[in-house]
Amino acid sequence: MNELANSYMTGPDEKGRFGIFGGRFVSETLMPLILELEAQYERAKTDQSFWDEMEFLWKHYVGRPSPLYHAERLTEHLGGAKIYMKRDELNHTGAHKINNVLGQIILARRMGKTRIIAETGAGQHGVATATVCAKFGLKCVVYMGAHDVERQQPNVFRMKLLGAEVIPVTSGRGTLKDAMNDALRDWVTNVRDTFYCIGTVAGPHPYPAMVRDFQSIIGKETRFQMMEAEGRLPDTIIAAIGGGSNAMGLFYPFLDDTDVNIIGVEAGGKGVNAKMEHCASLTGGRPGVLHGNRTYLLQDDDGQILEGFSISAGLDYPGIGPEHAWLNDIGRAKYVAITDKEALEAFQLCCATEGIIPALEPSHALAHVMKIAPDLPKDHIICMNMCGRGDKDIYTVAKHLGVDMSDGEGRSVS
Amino acid sequence: MTRIDARFAKLRAEGRKAFVSYIMAGDPDVKTSLTLMKGLPSAGVDVIELGLPFTDPMADGPTIQLAGQRALEGGMTLDKTLQMVREFRAGDNDTPIVLMGYYNPIYSRGVDTFLDQAKEAGIDGLIIVDLPPEEDDELCIPAQKAGLNFIRLATPTTDDKRLPKVLQNTSGFVYYVSITGITGAAAAQAAEVGPEVARIKSQTDLPVIVGFGIRTPETSQSIASIADGCVVGSAIVADLAEGKPVDEVLGFVKSLADGAHRA
Repeated sequence: MNELANSYMTGPDEKGRFGIFGGRFVSETLMPLILELEAQYERAKTDQSFWDEMEFLWKHYVGRPSPLYHAERLTEHLGGAKIYMKRDELNHTGAHKINNVLGQIILARRMGKTRIIAETGAGQHGVATATVCAKFGLKCVVYMGAHDVERQQPNVFRMKLLGAEVIPVTSGRGTLKDAMNDALRDWVTNVRDTFYCIGTVAGPHPYPAMVRDFQSIIGKETRFQMMEAEGRLPDTIIAAIGGGSNAMGLFYPFLDDTDVNIIGVEAGGKGVNAKMEHCASLTGGRPGVLHGNRTYLLQDDDGQILEGFSISAGLDYPGIGPEHAWLNDIGRAKYVAITDKEALEAFQLCCATEGIIPALEPSHALAHVMKIAPDLPKDHIICMNMCGRGDKDIYTVAKHLGVDMSDGEGRSVS
Repeated sequence: MTRIDARFAKLRAEGRKAFVSYIMAGDPDVKTSLTLMKGLPSAGVDVIELGLPFTDPMADGPTIQLAGQRALEGGMTLDKTLQMVREFRAGDNDTPIVLMGYYNPIYSRGVDTFLDQAKEAGIDGLIIVDLPPEEDDELCIPAQKAGLNFIRLATPTTDDKRLPKVLQNTSGFVYYVSITGITGAAAAQAAEVGPEVARIKSQTDLPVIVGFGIRTPETSQSIASIADGCVVGSAIVADLAEGKPVDEVLGFVKSLADGAHRA
C-alpha cells in the first residue's frame, strides 16, 4: 500500500484521472465505445501474445531498439553536461509516432475493427497510421486541418501513396484541434466498424494511459542503454511537448527515479505573453475540458479555446496530455517554453555539429539543452529525445532563413 | 418542480406531444436571436433549447458549428447568453428554457457561480453534451441540488446494461438521439426509433423526446407520434443562416410544431 502511494507510476485511477486531470468527457454515443476500448486494452495488456506481436514488429518493422547516441561534438561545443540523444527519428516513418500506432492497430485488429481513423497535425501520426494500415490492409481515413494540408504537402502525398484518404478539415480554423473534432464526429457516426487511433497522450481515458504505455518503449530502452553506456541513470531527461506522447514515453519509466530531473519543453512560438502567440498550455494556459479530458488549455476568459501558434505543426495544439498536467502540478516534472527562434538555432546547430537534421519538434528540446548544458558539470548526463527527423521541415526552415526553394535550386531570395 | 416538469405535466394532461426547438444564442447577433426566441412560444414551441456557443462543438454538425462561430465572432459570451434569458423571461415566465452546450465555458466560470447565475437568469435545465454519467460529480449532481434539471442524452449505442446508469440522475426529460452521428445528419426513421423509445420508456417515467435528423413537418409528426415529442435544431438554424427574416423562420418553426402537435 505504502509502496503504491509512493509511486508516480500508478495512474490513472479507475475514473481515468491523474489527480484532477484526465477523465472521460465525451458524448453518450461514444461512452460505450471507450468503455469497450478500455476493457479490450486491459485484456491485451496482460496478454503475452499481444506484446510478443508488438515486439516482433517493433524489431523487424520499425527497427527498434533505436540507438542511444552520445552527441560528442555538441557536448564539446556547449562545454558542459554530457549529452545523449535517444534516436527515435531513426524509426521507420521517421518519428516516434509509429510506436503507438502499431499498438493501437494491433488492438483494433483484435477488436475486429476494419476502418481506422486518425487526426494529424504535422502529418507524422497520419503517415505512421497510413503506413501500418497499408501493412495490414486496413481502410485508413486521416483528418488534417486544411491549413496543415497546405504547409505539409510532402506528408499529405506520402499518406495518399500509402493508400489513406486524407480529408482536409475546414471547420473551425482548420488546424489540429479541428481535425480532432472532425475525427471524433466521424467516430460518433461510424461506431460499429471504426477504430479511432489517437496520436498523442490526450483524449478520453483510456487513450492517455494506452498511448503512454505504447510509447514507454522509448524510456525503457533508454534506461537499459544508459546503464550499459554509463553504468547509471541520466541526471536529466528532456523532451519536446505538443500533446506530449514522446515526452511521456521517455519520462514514464523514470518517474520513480526521483534523482532524475524531468523537463518537458513546450512550444513558445513568438513568446509566452499576453498576445498568446504560442502553444505552451502549461506555462501559458489554465485547466479546462476539451477532447474528452481535463487538462491545461489555451483559452480565453470565457472558456473558449484559443488557437496555438508555433513554427512546428507537430506542437501546434492548445492542450497537453493530462498526465503532464498532473506531473506539473505535483512538481515531479518541470515544464519550460522555447521560442521558434531558439528552436531554429538549435536545428541548425544540430545539423552542423552532429550531422543530424532534427525535426522542429525535438529542436525545441535541443534548444533547452543548449540553454542549460553549458552551466552544468561535465559529469552531468543529459538525455534528450530526438523524436523525429527534419526532412519534413526543411521547407519551413528554409522559409524562415530567407531561402527560396520554390524552384528546387535553393536560391536565396534576399 | 421546474418549469420543465410543469410543462410536461400540462402536456400529458392535455394528451399533447411536445415540440422542442433549438436555437443558438447570439446567432447571427443578440438582437436577432432574442427576437426569434421571443417568437418561439407563439409559434407553438413548448420547450426552448438555447445553444451556448463553443469553439469546439465535437458532437455537432456543420450547421450548428457555424452558428456557434457566427455567434462568437459577433462577441457572444456566457454573460450575454444569460442576459438574453433574462430579457426573454421579462415577457415569458412559463416557457421552459434548457441551456445546451459543452462543459468548458461552465467549468471556466466555476460550477457554483454558474448555477447561481443560470438559476437567477431563468434557466430551467441543462444539456451538457460532454458530461456522461461517469462525470456526474462535475455538474449533474450540483445542478440537481440547485434545482435545475439535468437532461441526459440516450443514444442507439446506450445498451440495456448501460441505460439505468444513463437514466439514474436524469431529470426533466430524456433526450433520445435518433441516430449515431452528429446534429443535422441523416434523417430519423420512426420505424427504427419507435422500439428504442419504448425500450427507454420501460425503464423510466420521464418523457422521452427524440432529436437529431428531424427537418420536416412530416418527420416531426411521425417521430412525435412514437415518443413524447421531438426536437428540431439544425433545420431551424440553417433557415436563419440562409438570411431568412425572423418572421419567415418562425413560420417554418410553426409548421414543424404543428406537425408534432398533430401527432
